[in-house]
Amino acid sequence: MTELLAGLPPLLASHLAISLLALAIACAVSLPLAVVLAARPRLAGPVVAAAGVIQTVPGLALLALMVPLLAQLRDWGAGVSPFGFAPALIALALYAILPILRNAVTGLRGVDPATVEAARAMGMSPGQVLRGVQLPLAAPVIAAGIRTATVWTVGAATLATPVGQACLGNYIFAGLQTRNWSMLLVGVAASAALAVALDLLLAWTERALAGRPRDRVVRPLAALVVLVVGVIVVLPRVTVPGGAAAPAPSVATAAATARITSVRIGAKTFTEQYVLAEVLRARLAQAGVGADVTSSLGSTVIFDALAHGDVDVYVDYSGTLWTTQLHGAEATPRWAVLAQTEGWLAREKGVRSLGSLGFENAYAIAVRRETATKLHLASLADLAAAAPKLALGTDYEFQSRREWAAVRAAYGIQFGRAATFDPALVYDAVSRGDVDAIAAFSSDGRIAADDLVVLADPAGALPPYDAMLLLGSRIATDAHVLCALAPLHGAIAVDLMQRANLMVDQDHATPVAAAAWLLAQIHAPACPP
Amino acid sequence: MIELEGVSRRYGDAWAVRGASLTVAAGELVAVLGESGSGKTTLVKMINRLVEPTGGTVRVDGRDVRDQDAVALRRTIGYVIQSGGLLPHLTLGDNVAIVPRLVGWSAADIAARVDELLALVGLPPAQYRDRFPDQLSGGQRQRVGVARALAARPKILLLDEPFGALDAITRVALQREVRRIHGELGLTTVMITHDFVEALTMADRIAVMWKGELRQVGTPRELMTAPADADVAALMEMARTQGEQLLAHAGARRDPQLSGSAAVGPGPSAKREP
Repeated sequence: MTELLAGLPPLLASHLAISLLALAIACAVSLPLAVVLAARPRLAGPVVAAAGVIQTVPGLALLALMVPLLAQLRDWGAGVSPFGFAPALIALALYAILPILRNAVTGLRGVDPATVEAARAMGMSPGQVLRGVQLPLAAPVIAAGIRTATVWTVGAATLATPVGQACLGNYIFAGLQTRNWSMLLVGVAASAALAVALDLLLAWTERALAGRPRDRVVRPLAALVVLVVGVIVVLPRVTVPGGAAAPAPSVATAAATARITSVRIGAKTFTEQYVLAEVLRARLAQAGVGADVTSSLGSTVIFDALAHGDVDVYVDYSGTLWTTQLHGAEATPRWAVLAQTEGWLAREKGVRSLGSLGFENAYAIAVRRETATKLHLASLADLAAAAPKLALGTDYEFQSRREWAAVRAAYGIQFGRAATFDPALVYDAVSRGDVDAIAAFSSDGRIAADDLVVLADPAGALPPYDAMLLLGSRIATDAHVLCALAPLHGAIAVDLMQRANLMVDQDHATPVAAAAWLLAQIHAPACPP
Repeated sequence: MIELEGVSRRYGDAWAVRGASLTVAAGELVAVLGESGSGKTTLVKMINRLVEPTGGTVRVDGRDVRDQDAVALRRTIGYVIQSGGLLPHLTLGDNVAIVPRLVGWSAADIAARVDELLALVGLPPAQYRDRFPDQLSGGQRQRVGVARALAARPKILLLDEPFGALDAITRVALQREVRRIHGELGLTTVMITHDFVEALTMADRIAVMWKGELRQVGTPRELMTAPADADVAALMEMARTQGEQLLAHAGARRDPQLSGSAAVGPGPSAKREP
């Protein structure tokens, strides 16, 4: 537990920083806008409705949308990293605008027009009426909006993990993927506590606004000081991936002369990726190269981050890149998929592949052994007849991927029902009988542990998924990096990976411990530091 | 003191006020009498530029108001609206102090003035200074509204239906006090009202508004005896009938013999002398 909590302060700090900055930006945009809109009712409706439309976009989608948007902006010359801090900040600020704007407009328009006219009639200038009458009278409603936005933003900030911003979501995503429920709870409890604490601080300020005249000045100032100090304390600890770092092309030339001392490792949102990231870190460390791991990144986010130099190294799978980036569809031999993908990466993206790690993590359709026995299922061809009476469970993406379309086309499979789950829960779903078949991952130890039967794919509809070690151009030619990582080529057999994954998923070992075990099995040579 | 010359105000195609001319002498109390929507409020708001005229000229103290800064002009004209229009988040003392603060009086002068005015409107300062408007009755709020309007020693006082929301007893008491203060301070007062009894009993002269036009300006007696047109006559007739009915009812209970006698006059004439 203490090990679990050791990572909390920096994550809490960056969570607080990103939330407060997003709220500050949202206030800075919404409050002046509300003042303008309150005096123009015909304009207020459409603008508040537009802010409402932003709110209807699910938080995770809004965050993920910012990545390609900012990547496009950077291609046009904007100096903003499309990865990590910037997309999270912009998305959260957009998300916080609606409650603040709507309440502020409502509050300002709710001020009795007779009171405003009386103030004007006494000779208050428009600015004096705003500061002395409208804002103080609307303050409780405005403050309520800010409080609502605060609670939403602190909650939504947990979704910043997949775009590469460190936050309490790291606990939640990693805990969910590795079935480490106490880790998940730490993340949930910490973000809930943070939301409640900020809400109380604001409530205290709000009460002061309605209270004695002296408190009206002192307490909001005190609250402001607390928040500003909070931000100042935590800000230096917030890493802004790629923010200040120079973009990839210039660094590539620098890399030829200067030694790489720090490498940014990326990991997607599942156990195997966490373990492999730790394997990479351990190998780099013994070669004297420091490394940071940014984990739980979205599948396309991580590739864009590598291509743009925001991540230096991660493990992807040949079939994934081949289908999503190269748009390959027809059945192609394993070696050809790997070769085509590697060629494309080098040619189009300046990404170097150190080849296959030695195992595949393929999509495979798996069923319970009793289902296989009862229905005489051995291959996907057998499944076609039984499928209409069966239910399929997959991760979020499989059913919209080309691979699934290819399987359905090749075998004519039509399931009676199809459900999507978080990848961590797919195995439970089939073991418990909620679904009959799942899209499993061939390197996952739970296939064996749960006694599932993988159905053969005689038509080769599912492409191969060799685990490939991908290097960004910044580190691709560094001798120390290559010495540390090149020996991993072909070193990890699928059964080793399965056992390492199972250590985490079933026995609740940390990814660090599983990585150490894995490295002890493969005897990669040491590098001179 | 106040001169309106052919003043008009149009909203789109509708005339709220059309070609109104009215001169209010220093020290005079003029009631602008009319029904809802007759344009009487628009007319008065053009005096302190809360509403800008679309035509005609408004002069205050001999100067065209358009040549004056609207904000500065308003600080020299006291203004009281229905229910007082007090700022609910300020104490009574702070409400009264608003205009003196705006024009930059010293703190000591403001404090003295606040107490003086609260006393003038019959609210002991020590007891009321630090209360908030929602702790007062409607009549008390209206008194504070009057005190606030007078705070920076304006020469002109505008009253927009100041007694409309009050019960009858409070209304009569406050009418008397406003009339008293008007006399004591030598103010020039324009009061909007839809209540002809109020107009008849308080005003030196009455300006009758009818559908945006100023139909007649005169003393209560002139209006009663020589209405300018049928509309004004109808309005005055209504006042007379109501007064007679009142007397008839009251008289019938006490002494049936007195019913129907004595037409309602415009009130004691001494009250109308400035």
